[in-house]
Amino acid sequence: MVAGNLAVCQISRDTREPMDLTMDTPMDLRYTDAQEAFREEARSWLSARAPAPRSLPSLDTAEGFEAHRAWERTMFDDRWSVVSWPEEYGGRGVGILEWLIFEEEYWRAQAPLRVSQNGVFLLAPTLFEFGTDGQKARFLAPMASGAEIWCQGWSEPDAGSDLAGIRSRARRADNDDGWVLTGQKTWASRGAFAEWCFGLFRTDPEAERHRGLTYFLVEMGSPGVTVRPIPQIDGETGFAEIFFEEVFVPDSQVLGGVDRGWNVAMATAGSERGLSLRSPARYCEAAGRLVALYAERMVSDPERALRTADAVAQAWMDAEAYRLNTLWTATRVLDGGSVGPEASANKIHWSETDLAIHRAALALLGPEAELHGGGADAPWLDGYLFALAGPIYAGTNEIQRNVVAERMLGLPRG
Amino acid sequence: MHFAFTDQQIEFRDAVRQVLAKECTTDDLRAAFAAPAVRTARWATLAELGVVGLSVPEAHGGLGLGLLDLVLLLEEAGRVALPEPLTATTALAAPLLAGLEDSDPGRAGQVASWLEQIATGAIGAAVGPLPGSSAPTTGAIGADLMVLTAPGPDGRPEIHVVKGDAVAVAAVASLDPTRRLGVVTWEPTVGTRVASGPTAGSAILATANRAAVATAAELLGLAEAMIAMAAGYAKERQQFGKPIGAFQAVKHLLAGAQVKLEFARPVVYGAAWSIDYVTPHSSRSASVAKAYASDAAVEAARVALQVHGAIGYTWECDLHLFMKRAWALAEAWGSAGDHRHLVLASLVGPT
Repeated sequence: MVAGNLAVCQISRDTREPMDLTMDTPMDLRYTDAQEAFREEARSWLSARAPAPRSLPSLDTAEGFEAHRAWERTMFDDRWSVVSWPEEYGGRGVGILEWLIFEEEYWRAQAPLRVSQNGVFLLAPTLFEFGTDGQKARFLAPMASGAEIWCQGWSEPDAGSDLAGIRSRARRADNDDGWVLTGQKTWASRGAFAEWCFGLFRTDPEAERHRGLTYFLVEMGSPGVTVRPIPQIDGETGFAEIFFEEVFVPDSQVLGGVDRGWNVAMATAGSERGLSLRSPARYCEAAGRLVALYAERMVSDPERALRTADAVAQAWMDAEAYRLNTLWTATRVLDGGSVGPEASANKIHWSETDLAIHRAALALLGPEAELHGGGADAPWLDGYLFALAGPIYAGTNEIQRNVVAERMLGLPRG
Repeated sequence: MHFAFTDQQIEFRDAVRQVLAKECTTDDLRAAFAAPAVRTARWATLAELGVVGLSVPEAHGGLGLGLLDLVLLLEEAGRVALPEPLTATTALAAPLLAGLEDSDPGRAGQVASWLEQIATGAIGAAVGPLPGSSAPTTGAIGADLMVLTAPGPDGRPEIHVVKGDAVAVAAVASLDPTRRLGVVTWEPTVGTRVASGPTAGSAILATANRAAVATAAELLGLAEAMIAMAAGYAKERQQFGKPIGAFQAVKHLLAGAQVKLEFARPVVYGAAWSIDYVTPHSSRSASVAKAYASDAAVEAARVALQVHGAIGYTWECDLHLFMKRAWALAEAWGSAGDHRHLVLASLVGPT
């Protein structure tokens, strides 16, 4: 959202690859030998260490959550959990292109979903940009190892798309050494099991909507925090409601300054929509599986396959377009440019691509599509349910279309 | 990996944009609708700038550059709905002729002369439909030089080059008169043949790929122009006491078209690169580009018309000049559906 902030993506500015590129470097869509070697290293590590596809229990169960946490630890121990972070925090200090390569290999291996995703992809870029040295030292490594899993405390019952309508508040503690939080957050993914929460609270009740908000880091075990798990559409406890009753938070857990929370939060929102949350690899891998399913159905059910061919081709192309658009944007960032409202166009595209891929797969499966929990094709239905959330979270696609219209096309605010 | 144009390519694009903004206004476009022509003053200006001869080898007076250098200029051509045959002449005929120069030494002098005339802007070319297509030839009326195919004795297509005044052209009406469509009647001879056998086969495939990407680039420019016109209108036109662009229903139409355009652009640029650098998947990349750009432009036209309302449905409003070109080009050199079919076939292999 905020121009320039997305440039950090998952990485901090000082970890970008060295700029030996002059501006008149000719276009070249090939990776360098060094990048291909990095790919090879990631591929062989993943092939040796990654659990078999879909072998871990769902991360939205207590058992699955711990199994996914253990996998994060395994990756962290060999410095694969946060490749683009600086080495001092457990990363490899590689650039954005290498991160994209790692993601390609990760999805190619069909390795587990990242239980630490909210922290690593959403909070970490904000911490790198706004955090104090003390905060970075305290929070980054445990986040990268999975020792501390984060959830996001933004949405409230009356503040969804209209995020500035937040009512949860923070007042100064009596001893003046911190803040006391009161209110309710909801739709917090991983909230049922997470150790920490990052969220926005109103510190200045007199200020106008976007002002007077502060970004807090809150330990879920703090006295006064109550968590109520909410089963999602698939029956598992992917969401939680979080109640805060007089929860004390020390000053050291304010991120980016008192009453500055909106700007800080928008940096995270940019990451969520832009480059870092959803790498193209996720969709390219699914699109590849979709084409394989199509080829298989051309043999077993050719009439249905032919009726679905156009949708299969379009879904594959949507993933390919996302891949190319990401490389286009990444190059701009590496050349010193920034990502502005394009992050909103990006979010619309990846969420609709995910739907298109899974919708086409279900159409190929026909009557088998409704079979849940059994058979090799069950992931398509789970994937479709997951994809349906895409146009809702990280700012609904309707809000993103407003951003595109107002900031890319200059239309007046409503 | 460096997915960006060079400063030089951007500067050339900007220079051409400036010239075309002056030389190809919508008044000019209306004049071209009334009396379509090839060798206009504008064509001469583009030749002077080096645009027409961009892909002619330097030895023959051109710039010796590739599709990647041309693609941004074709986008500019689309932005103003340029009526002259830049795609046929510069993106298709010139590279095809340049590629054949060495294969037939006996004809090298003739080929060189054609290339030189392209570079100076003395001629404009038309390129016939791909073998097996029954489509008329785009730009046939008034073309100085035509690149056509005909089945050889073994049934496989050959490439022929004929002069415009040596063939009979029956005009075919197009919604967009600047398309100058015609059915060409001619007699293939050994004298007109420039390539046969595998040489012709690979030149035809290369031309099909270049045509898909070049047309896709024009469609990007057309889509951008139509979205800009509609956004401009939505800021001016007042209803219910405010600009219609303040209503979400209007915003979301335009945002949807804009997102399609944003994602078509790198696809087209990447395809141009893959053609110039002869990658294994350049045909597939060209098909993705054409499918994406065709859909983006058709969507932009649909949305732009809707946002304009009734005024957009009139002859007086400039929008139709751009919509008609977009509709024509969306179907030319393979529709979105045709290219999706090709993409899927290339992914699953022969079935």
